[in-house]
Amino acid sequence: MSGHSIYEPQNSIIQWLERRLPVASLVYSSFIVYPTPRNLNYWWTFGAILSFMLGVQIITGIVLAMHYTPHVDFAFDSVETIMRDVNYGWLLRYLHANGASFFFVAVYAHIARGMYYGSYKEPREVLWILGVILFLLMVVTGFMGYVLPWGQMSFWAATVITNLFSAFPVVGDPIVTWLWGGYAVGNPTLNRFYSLHYLLPFVIAGVVVLHVWALHMVGQNNPTGVEPKTEKDTVAFTPYATMKDAFFIGLFCLFLAWFVFYIPNYLGHSDNYIPANPSQTPTHIVPEWYYLPFYAILRAIPSKLLGVVALGGSIVLLAFLPWLDTSRVRSANYRPLYRQFLVVFFLVVIGLGYLGSQPPEGGYVIAARILTAYYFAYLLIILPLLGLFEKTKPLPSSISEAVLRDGAPVGASAPPPPGARA
Amino acid sequence: MNAHRNIIVALALAASLSAPCLRAALAQEQEVPPPQHWSFAGPFGLYDPEQLQRGFKIYREVCSTCHSLKLLAFRNLADPGGPGFSEAQAAAIAAGFQVTDGPNDQGQMYQRPGRIGDHFPSPFPNDQAARAALGGALPPDMSDLAKGRGYERGFPWFIIDAFTQYQEEGPDYIHALLNGYENPSAGFTLPPGAQYNQYFPGHAIGMPKPLSDGQVEYTDGTSTTVDQYGRDVAAFLAWASEPKLDERKRLGFQVFMYLIVLTGLLYFTKKRIWHEVKHHPELTEPRPPTEYRRS
Repeated sequence: MSGHSIYEPQNSIIQWLERRLPVASLVYSSFIVYPTPRNLNYWWTFGAILSFMLGVQIITGIVLAMHYTPHVDFAFDSVETIMRDVNYGWLLRYLHANGASFFFVAVYAHIARGMYYGSYKEPREVLWILGVILFLLMVVTGFMGYVLPWGQMSFWAATVITNLFSAFPVVGDPIVTWLWGGYAVGNPTLNRFYSLHYLLPFVIAGVVVLHVWALHMVGQNNPTGVEPKTEKDTVAFTPYATMKDAFFIGLFCLFLAWFVFYIPNYLGHSDNYIPANPSQTPTHIVPEWYYLPFYAILRAIPSKLLGVVALGGSIVLLAFLPWLDTSRVRSANYRPLYRQFLVVFFLVVIGLGYLGSQPPEGGYVIAARILTAYYFAYLLIILPLLGLFEKTKPLPSSISEAVLRDGAPVGASAPPPPGARA
Repeated sequence: MNAHRNIIVALALAASLSAPCLRAALAQEQEVPPPQHWSFAGPFGLYDPEQLQRGFKIYREVCSTCHSLKLLAFRNLADPGGPGFSEAQAAAIAAGFQVTDGPNDQGQMYQRPGRIGDHFPSPFPNDQAARAALGGALPPDMSDLAKGRGYERGFPWFIIDAFTQYQEEGPDYIHALLNGYENPSAGFTLPPGAQYNQYFPGHAIGMPKPLSDGQVEYTDGTSTTVDQYGRDVAAFLAWASEPKLDERKRLGFQVFMYLIVLTGLLYFTKKRIWHEVKHHPELTEPRPPTEYRRS
C-alpha cells in the first residue's frame, strides 16, 4: 500500500477518536484517497446523484410526515393543508413528489450504465444484486408513497396492485386480505402503507451502505471494462470524482427545479386531485410513469397469474444478469453485436413504458406482447448465446492506453501549468 | 447485423400496429379543448388579480348555488398572489355568508355570519342532500377542480409540454366546458335530465348550462359574454386549486439563478482540477489500482 492511503490526523481530538472509533479514517479511505479509474464518464455520477436524492426524499419526507394525517377521512385534506397553509408546504410536497420521479430517472440511468458497461460481471455480482434489491425497495416505497395522498389514483392503484396477489391459487385471497388488513382497501391499508413508507427509506439507506461497501471491495468498473492495473490508471476520489459528481448534481438539480417550480403536476395524474371514492372507478387506472414498462408486461400476458409472474420475473431476472451474460468482455464498447441488442432492449423498455400508459386494447396489446417477448428473449436467450458466438473487438491493455491513445501520451513533456504540484 | 435489422423491422411493425389504434382511442375519448391565453402560463406568468375578482364574482353569484369550495377560507381572498382583496373586504365577503357553528351552551348548532377565518360554507349539508336536490347529479367540490381535470394530450404533445411548460389543461377544459353546451348530434340519445356538452367526457352532463351572456354584471367594462365568463371563472378556479403559484414561480426564478451560477462554478472548478489529469498526467500523484486489493 502506498503511503498516502494511511491516515494520520493532526488534530488531537480526531487522534483521540481514532483510537476508539476509526470513523475519520474510514471516511478518509472511502471518500478521499479511494482510487477511482481515471476514465469514468458522467454516467458514473448517478451513484452520487442517487445518494443525494435519497437524502432529499428523507428530509422532505420527514417534514411532510409532521403535517400529514394517515386516515381515510383526513389524508386528502391534510395534504391540501400542507399545500395551502404550511409554510413552504407546497415546496416540500412538490419536491418530494417530483423527487420520487427523479430518483427513478437516476436509478434507470444507473442501471442502464451498469448494463452497458457490464458492471455486474465478476467480481461485482454481489454489488449488482444489492443494486437490484435497492431498486425493488424503491419500487415498493414509491408505490406506497403514491397511495398516501388518498386521491382517486392513489386508491385505485392500491386496489389494482394489491389485487395482483389474488392471482396465486389457494394462498392468493388470504394474502390480499392480509395485505389490506380487511376485506377492501381501507383505513388499515392506508395506515400500514404510511408506516412502511416511513420505514423503507431507512432500509434503503442501510442497503446503500452495503452497496457502497461492496463497491469499495471490488473497485469501480470503467468504460473500458479493463481493471485498473497500474497507478497511472486511477485518480483519487477527492477532488477528482467528488467535483465531477458535484457538478452533475448541480445539473440534476436544475433539471429537478424545472419540474418542481414550473411544471410540478406534469408527472402526476389529474385524477389524484379528486378525493378517493371507492364507488367510482376512473376510466383508465395508470400507475406513475416509472412503473409503466412493468405494467405493460403485466397486461401483455392474457393469464393473470402468468402476468404477475412475468411482472415479478422482469425485475428478478435482472439479479441473474451476471450469469445470464456469458461473455467475458465487460464493456459494450468492445462488443459490437451486444451493443446493438442492448440499445434495442433499452428502446423496448421505453416502448413498453408508452404502451403501459395506453388502454389495454387492440394493437396496443399486440405491440406490448411483441416487446415483452423481446424483453425476456434478450435476457434468457440472446444474452447467454451472444457471449458464446460474438466476436469481440480487441481490448486495450490498460486504462491509460485507452485514455491516452487519442490524447497526450503519458509523460508528455508539456510545461507544467502554473501552480501545479511538482 | 442482420439480426439487428430484423429487430428494427419488428419494432417498426409494432409501432405501426399501435399508431392507428392510438388515433381511434383519441377519437372516442373527449374533444380537445381549444387552448386559451392565461396570464399565469409560462415561467413568469402570474395571476391577474382583477380577473380573479371577476371570477370570484361569478363563483359567488352562480357556481356557489350548487358547488362547494371547502378547502378555501375567506382569509385566502386577501392572501398575496390572490384576488387582491383587502382584509376588510374579505371580512365583508365572509359576513355575507351564513356559517353553521356550535354546539352552543344549549347544545344546539346555530347559524351566524361568516368570519374571515371560516372556510367557504357548502351549499348542501352532505352529498346525499345535493343529489336529492339536483336530480341525482353530484356537483364536485371546486377547490381542486382546475388541477383535478385534464384531458389526454397524446404523443408527441405530452413531450412538448415538458418544454413549453404547458400546465393549463384544467383551466382550458373548464372554459371549454362552459362554452360547450350544444344540441346533441343526430343519433345521440341523451339520458333523462342530462344536457349535451361537446367537451364533457361521454357528452352527457348533469349540470344545466350555468352561464349565459350578460348574466353577471361587470363594473370594469370587461365584456359580459360566456366566453369571457368561462375564462374568468377558470382563472379563479386555477388560483383556488394552486394559490401559491405566484410564490412558487418567484422562488423558482431565484433558485434557477442560484443553481445556474453554482453549477457554472462547479463546472469550471472541475475542469481546472481535471486539467492536469488530462494533459499532464505525469504531475498527478500516482494511486494504487484499488485500495482493498492487497497482494
